[in-house]
Amino acid sequence: MTEPSASPRPIRVSVNGVDHERTVEPRLLLSDFLRHDLGLTGTHVGCEHGVCGACTVAFDDQPVRSCLMFAVQADGHRIGTIEGMADGETLHPLQMAFWELSGLQCGFCTPGFLITARDFLARNPDPSEQEVREALSGNLCRCTGYQSIVAAVLEAARRLRQAPLAGLGKS
Amino acid sequence: MKPAPFAWCAPATLDEALDLLAGHADAARILAGGQTLGPLLNMRLATPSILIDINGIGELAGLHPDLAGLTIGALTRQSTLEDDPALAALQPLIAMAIPHIAHRAVRNRGTVGGSLAHADPAAEWPALVTLLGAQLLARSKSRGMRLIGADEFFITHLTTALAPDELLCEVRVPPSPPGAGYAVLEFARRHGDFAVAGAMVRLTSDAGGKLTDPRLVLFGTGRRALRARRAEAMLAGASAGTALFAAAAATAATEIDPYDDLHASAEYRRHLAEVLASRALEEALARMNGKRHD
Repeated sequence: MTEPSASPRPIRVSVNGVDHERTVEPRLLLSDFLRHDLGLTGTHVGCEHGVCGACTVAFDDQPVRSCLMFAVQADGHRIGTIEGMADGETLHPLQMAFWELSGLQCGFCTPGFLITARDFLARNPDPSEQEVREALSGNLCRCTGYQSIVAAVLEAARRLRQAPLAGLGKS
Repeated sequence: MKPAPFAWCAPATLDEALDLLAGHADAARILAGGQTLGPLLNMRLATPSILIDINGIGELAGLHPDLAGLTIGALTRQSTLEDDPALAALQPLIAMAIPHIAHRAVRNRGTVGGSLAHADPAAEWPALVTLLGAQLLARSKSRGMRLIGADEFFITHLTTALAPDELLCEVRVPPSPPGAGYAVLEFARRHGDFAVAGAMVRLTSDAGGKLTDPRLVLFGTGRRALRARRAEAMLAGASAGTALFAAAAATAATEIDPYDDLHASAEYRRHLAEVLASRALEEALARMNGKRHD
């Protein structure tokens, strides 16, 4: 029988292919675990109630809001963050397209957009502009007006169709 | 830390979860996908002392089609339904509604049972089970198994017929009638947001072209998703047509009890309800007649 407990408990989580063992309080958010306990500050924390999408990470390869999960729920699972998106010095095609087409200004929302868009293009490699806009509608950007983000995702989609292996990340 | 302290447990079986609920019914909340409870905890609007995390209970997830219809485990994620290629043929209305539910990252965690047990009047699942006449299966140590009709399940805003020690375990959806045409229409400020107002329709007809058992549900327009029964009565046995649909939609708009909030006034919601009902009826008719295949 599992009795409820507020005491810290040990967890083991694979993040970007690296195993981490920590002992955490049950109420520690996954987003804060990544940032504070592991020092992976690329996952940004915006609204902290699931609206802005800035904290989106891949949980067993599926994008989720890391502010709406607890670190204890990641025990035994795989997490992919923005730190695992590039292949060493080689940016992911989505990152390249965001850079070249100004898909970011302040950069706060960018990690969430990239994790969201990577999953979207894996499921829909040849999307229409409208489909891109709907897929990104759960991520807020206050700088760009979205035009350049949508353009970057469409351009990355085009490049990934030509060289699909370039999109393999480490998550 | 954002949430207030709580004790957490993650039972591995349904039986264990029911034991925990029985022992801590007053203090505990069930944590499923966490897409609504999470924000409430983070803002400390909810401060339960115990969370019973049911995400590890595999027997609560999954789809089971049979002759009696489709059984959906309460822990089934919205994205599991979205990605199931068989769903559109089994339950077209559910397949049409899922993309309206929030965003992919939320659908990857959010569960069918969580949405139903939360009972937001603007959410899709309460409207779906109301229109489809689904039965909701709850279990507890004190009452055993209980089947609750969708009409009895939703009491009012955020309030269901579930007892504190009961766990919603599955949804049983009757088979889709042959030849049915469906429609889901919502008005929301941003794709994926909660609907300011929404309408769902199912139409079927007999050999003579008369409508049989028409269903029209409005949501986001009152304390719970509502079958517009007077409008349905106008449609039943009649021949479909634009004038009839306009009259039924106008009647439906008088059956709801809309509210004012930040997003819209009650009167605007009533207006939206009529427009959406009328358009949803037309769309469902086009699909029933094979003139629309999306």
